[in-house]
Amino acid sequence: MDFLNAIVAFANFVFVPGLAYGAQLAIGALGVTLIYGILRFSNFAHGDTMAFGTAITILFTTAFIGMGITLGPLPTALLALPFGIGATILLLLGTDWAVYKFYREQKASPVILVIVSMGVMFVMNGVVRFIIGVRDIRFADGERFIITARNFKEMTGLNEGLAIKTTQAITVVVALIAMALLFWFLNKTRTGKSMRAFSDNEDLALLSGINPDWVVKVTWMIVAALATTAGVLYGLDKSFKAFTYFQLLLPIFAAAIVGGLGNPLGAIAGGFVIAFSEVTITYAWKKVLVYLMPEPLEPDGLVQLLSTDYKFAVSFAILIIVLLFKPTGLFKGQSV
Amino acid sequence: MSTTLRDTALFGLVAVLLIGTGIIQGWNSALLILNMGLISAIMALGVNLQWGFAGLFNIGVMGFVALGGLAAVLVSTDPVPEAWAVGGLRIIMGLILGAATVVAAVFAQKRLEGRTKTIVTLAILVGGFFLFRAVIDPAKAAVEAVNPASTGNLGGLNLPILLSWPVGGLLAAGAAWIIGKTALGLRSDYLAIATLGIAEIIIAVLKNEDWLARGVKNVIGLDRPVPYEIDLQKDPGFVERAASLGLDPVTASTLYTKLGYAILFTIVLVILLWLAQKALQSPWGRMMRAIRDNEMAAEAMGKDVTARHLQIFILGSAIIGIAGAMMTTLDGQLTPGTYQPLRFTFLVWVMVIVGGSGNNFGAVLGGMLIWWLWVQVEPLGLGLMNILSSGLEDGSALKDWMIQSAAHMRLLTMGLVLLLVLRFSPRGLIPER
Repeated sequence: MDFLNAIVAFANFVFVPGLAYGAQLAIGALGVTLIYGILRFSNFAHGDTMAFGTAITILFTTAFIGMGITLGPLPTALLALPFGIGATILLLLGTDWAVYKFYREQKASPVILVIVSMGVMFVMNGVVRFIIGVRDIRFADGERFIITARNFKEMTGLNEGLAIKTTQAITVVVALIAMALLFWFLNKTRTGKSMRAFSDNEDLALLSGINPDWVVKVTWMIVAALATTAGVLYGLDKSFKAFTYFQLLLPIFAAAIVGGLGNPLGAIAGGFVIAFSEVTITYAWKKVLVYLMPEPLEPDGLVQLLSTDYKFAVSFAILIIVLLFKPTGLFKGQSV
Repeated sequence: MSTTLRDTALFGLVAVLLIGTGIIQGWNSALLILNMGLISAIMALGVNLQWGFAGLFNIGVMGFVALGGLAAVLVSTDPVPEAWAVGGLRIIMGLILGAATVVAAVFAQKRLEGRTKTIVTLAILVGGFFLFRAVIDPAKAAVEAVNPASTGNLGGLNLPILLSWPVGGLLAAGAAWIIGKTALGLRSDYLAIATLGIAEIIIAVLKNEDWLARGVKNVIGLDRPVPYEIDLQKDPGFVERAASLGLDPVTASTLYTKLGYAILFTIVLVILLWLAQKALQSPWGRMMRAIRDNEMAAEAMGKDVTARHLQIFILGSAIIGIAGAMMTTLDGQLTPGTYQPLRFTFLVWVMVIVGGSGNNFGAVLGGMLIWWLWVQVEPLGLGLMNILSSGLEDGSALKDWMIQSAAHMRLLTMGLVLLLVLRFSPRGLIPER
């Protein structure tokens, strides 16, 4: 019994939240990694792209709820998500046309593009604030839980409850769908294959007649879809605040780099590595250990390795360790 | 137009903007902008050293600014003897233990081979971490329990706050040494992410380690290097002199203290600018730029690229730390919650790029000009929105929204300025020569 309780406590406080957060980071990191693989720069505006997509989705969600359209037990935001993606696609294609294209044609060095993306980041941040303000917004409606802690306890008779939020389940499901679609697209379709070819060897791809403009456009569209999805999932799970999205940049980059920049599989793995390490290191393990240890050995303190405010430190430490010992990331990424 | 004339004209423009602000919005605001502008110019000088001279992409400026601020607290506040009695030495012990752990781990990395290396390093790090926590945790709790409403930290050294400016530089330099040792071998975007992360961690430490500088409870009422307004107003001599200039004592005293700060900051800026110019024109500066333009060739000429990078990274960060200490001195308080990367890291980058990376005068110009714009965009935006929405009736939702959003004009404008400069004048207003 004690052992089961320990497992349930672990699942409730570490595994389920870690899984959901990992899926959100993974989708975010996929966007960063695709831009890096194909456009060859680290896009600092990615967090704000996520915020923009989420802001538009929130506007549509509010409008739908106002019109009485909801998804029943599921959050209405899922219905609004395609509109958010559409708006973000327009925004990113517009940005590419107005800003990035010039530098691409000039063949500017990646670091210049990074600085340019800092400018884009400022502008997008301002735009998001214009659209929706700086408040903390919760936009999840519908059923809050699939299983509440109390129901679980009644069902199983255990001391510990396992609560699974609807948003957590949706995050994992949507993330799986998004990843499946992306890999199908990259591996099976003609455009996807030309994207991979372009990422592997630009000159060779150009020689074999791949249209670079089209590849770039498709990349931005996919990135818009991924960024908006990641942003909406994160916002549903926690809440939307423009500034938090900007701060997500660090774990997302850490995930992409840990997995190997430019490698989509790596981005997913990196997302989960970062998420689970953040959660495990900042979780107070007392609750689990109480069940596992014999009474005299039970811990007095919280057995929390680091306070939750240091979660950045965790992603950062993993990042540094990976960079020092395996500079191309866990999965072989590009190293320019 | 000759280049000197053009540069002078640009600095003249800044002067005109400041004087204009003084005439329209009052000399008090003009001096406020000038003071922060001078500090911004110093920060820009530091970033320019790293980016303009050496091509190092440091976006952890905020962290070094905050370390400077920490120095101001640690140097100038009074020590708290009770806190020292209950746990001060133990905290110091813990910190030494932590440092020793890291040193031992690095040593093990260097000396051992193969699997033993990994196991021993891990063992040292994990064991050291728990030992560190075991030593420092009770001491932290004890110190933070001492009169938490007004102190709850170890306090400082009770030295003049001016001393904290160089100390802030030293603190930042120390942090830069650690970061540089680990991250400088990495590619430019990795260094960027690493510095971004370090800055967030420094802020997290400042926010959470209450024993150090009271965390989010803030430290207020720091000492000042200039007299207090209230003392000046009580001084009959000062009131008399103010009256002879046709000023009332209250205005005169605020202007007097702000001018005092402005003079102090200008002295620091001039010294640092002179040093940076000397460095740029020396063989050392030429070597730095050679390394920046072609690392491979410089290495082939026998230059130790990593060592030179580390050197300039530390120097630049130290300058940023000095500016951070000056800023906290000007504010009279340390509020870790207000350090935001957009304001303290990316804005400084806008200053450097707009001013002209690789040119010290450019960085100074960028610092002053962009700071002025940053402050003035809000009133200007509000005015613009008022004009644009004047056709709408009062209380309409659209009008309210337009007026509210004027507050968000800042970031948008900064982004646009950066993008426009990068596109049409990528070398900045005063380009490198």
